[in-house]
Amino acid sequence: MALFGKKPGDKGPLDYANRWPLRLWVGAVLLFLYLPLASLVLFSFNDSRRTIRWEGFTVDWYGKMMGDDALISAFANSLTIAAISTLFSVVLGTMTAIALWSFRFPGKGLFDGVVTLPIVVPEICMGVAMLVFFGTIAPWPHDLVWPFDLGAITIAHITFSFPFVAVVVRARLASFNREMEEAARDLGASELGALRDVLLPHVRPALISGALLAFTLSLDDFVITFFTAGPNTVTFPVKIYSMVRFSVTPEVNAASTVLMAITVALTLIGMKLQGRDIAQMEGH
Amino acid sequence: MTDKTSHISGGSSGAFWAVSLAPIVWIVLFFVVPLSVIWSYSFGRTLGLTEVAVTGTLDNYVRVFDPVYLLIFAKSLTFAAITTAICLIVGFPYALVMTFATPRGKILLLLGIMLPFWTNLLVRTYALMAVMRTEGWINDGLGLLGIGPVEMLHTNFAVVTGLVYVHLPFIVLPLFSTLDRLDRSLIEASLDLGAGHLRTIFQIVVPVVLPGILSAVLLCFIPALGSYLTPDLLGGPDSQMIASVIERQFKRANDWPFGAALSFMLMYLTLAAMVWRAWSDRRAGRKEAH
Repeated sequence: MALFGKKPGDKGPLDYANRWPLRLWVGAVLLFLYLPLASLVLFSFNDSRRTIRWEGFTVDWYGKMMGDDALISAFANSLTIAAISTLFSVVLGTMTAIALWSFRFPGKGLFDGVVTLPIVVPEICMGVAMLVFFGTIAPWPHDLVWPFDLGAITIAHITFSFPFVAVVVRARLASFNREMEEAARDLGASELGALRDVLLPHVRPALISGALLAFTLSLDDFVITFFTAGPNTVTFPVKIYSMVRFSVTPEVNAASTVLMAITVALTLIGMKLQGRDIAQMEGH
Repeated sequence: MTDKTSHISGGSSGAFWAVSLAPIVWIVLFFVVPLSVIWSYSFGRTLGLTEVAVTGTLDNYVRVFDPVYLLIFAKSLTFAAITTAICLIVGFPYALVMTFATPRGKILLLLGIMLPFWTNLLVRTYALMAVMRTEGWINDGLGLLGIGPVEMLHTNFAVVTGLVYVHLPFIVLPLFSTLDRLDRSLIEASLDLGAGHLRTIFQIVVPVVLPGILSAVLLCFIPALGSYLTPDLLGGPDSQMIASVIERQFKRANDWPFGAALSFMLMYLTLAAMVWRAWSDRRAGRKEAH
């Protein structure tokens, strides 16, 4: 196994990755992280109601899940919210990043701080703030047609997602050569034209990873949604929560596995794109 | 082109407003306003079901210091501190291995810690519930050894395990990014001069990366302190944390002003931690400049 070190047998003084106590430690950490998840996935295929022992392979629970209208509509809600939230978050996050990167203006530090705040504010605080805001200050109508009844949740999701996109895009902007923009301007491009044709292509990889990040954040959020959701606007995690409170059942395992599979797929795509991006920057 | 009064530079003020107006309006309307409302409620009194009169009273904050709630604050701080300590002990060797791994190994180890991090919090908590309950396979295994069943779910032990499970990536990622920037010749020098590996780590590596360790500790401690879902699902009646009490004020108990005061106590702690971190970052930056 030369995976974590240079060459087998060639143990340099700094080869911490090849020392067996450390490897054992890493293995134990990974087991701790993955065993519960693996067992969750495994038991979603278990042919037994009581989920204690392995009784044989089945996909019945997935079939049962597909027949559960409440669960499917919660799933549709989650995907819709995530899609709209992603779109808005990418636009707002990119605008924020460009504003902070290319301009100096009074109150810049304040704007920077306030826009970073949603990342660090405890979820519960933001959740209750949204509850009160959409409950009394700006009541979101309850009887709107789908998907407009999801507006309050979507707005909340955009609010905590776009600062993350801004961070990702800003990191990418740091590697932008400003002379490129100046050259475009000298050659007659308008200010916004240069932004569109020179700056945006440069940040495109960050836009993609920012979008994946925003989508995952929205799909995963439970706490803030829990406080913003009404009785008719249930998202997938909120629905799973109400099932979990009730009991541990194979259907919940199946639903959780589906949610996990989506997130894992998105994360892998994101990392792959970012990896390619880094490789490009290093000139490979 | 530049507006004289507002001193916008780096481009025309038209372009500036084109990119910054929408985010500013959004963050003010949907973030600053809702939080300000909660903040003002924390100085108010309940009138009706959802009616609050902002009277400027400090009663709600005084109530926070009631022994019942102080105890819950103390318990939350303890849970968060134990969680952070365990995460640090468990995560440091992981980050160390990650730092010295091959590029391919680095990516795999990063993925190893990131995948659970991106997995839904609820799913992860549920996975732990299924494993730790009396009919779960840990108790099955213990049963084979003739022990148990041990009541694990709905205990403080389950809460801390859950918090560690969820917050481990929060500490490993920042630790890795600091360790990765460490000047390796320091370690080599220490080893050449005859210090052992453990001594090198505790006397050379740890002091040098201390600012990074502190910021990793904060990144783990703050979200752990405000946890809602983990104590809710894994804890028992005596493992309540602040967030559960806040939730109760806003939902069942319907005492918004007191809930607002409690959530702002959490906010003040978070903001204090952030300010302290920015301040120590700046101090570290000054030290490096000299």
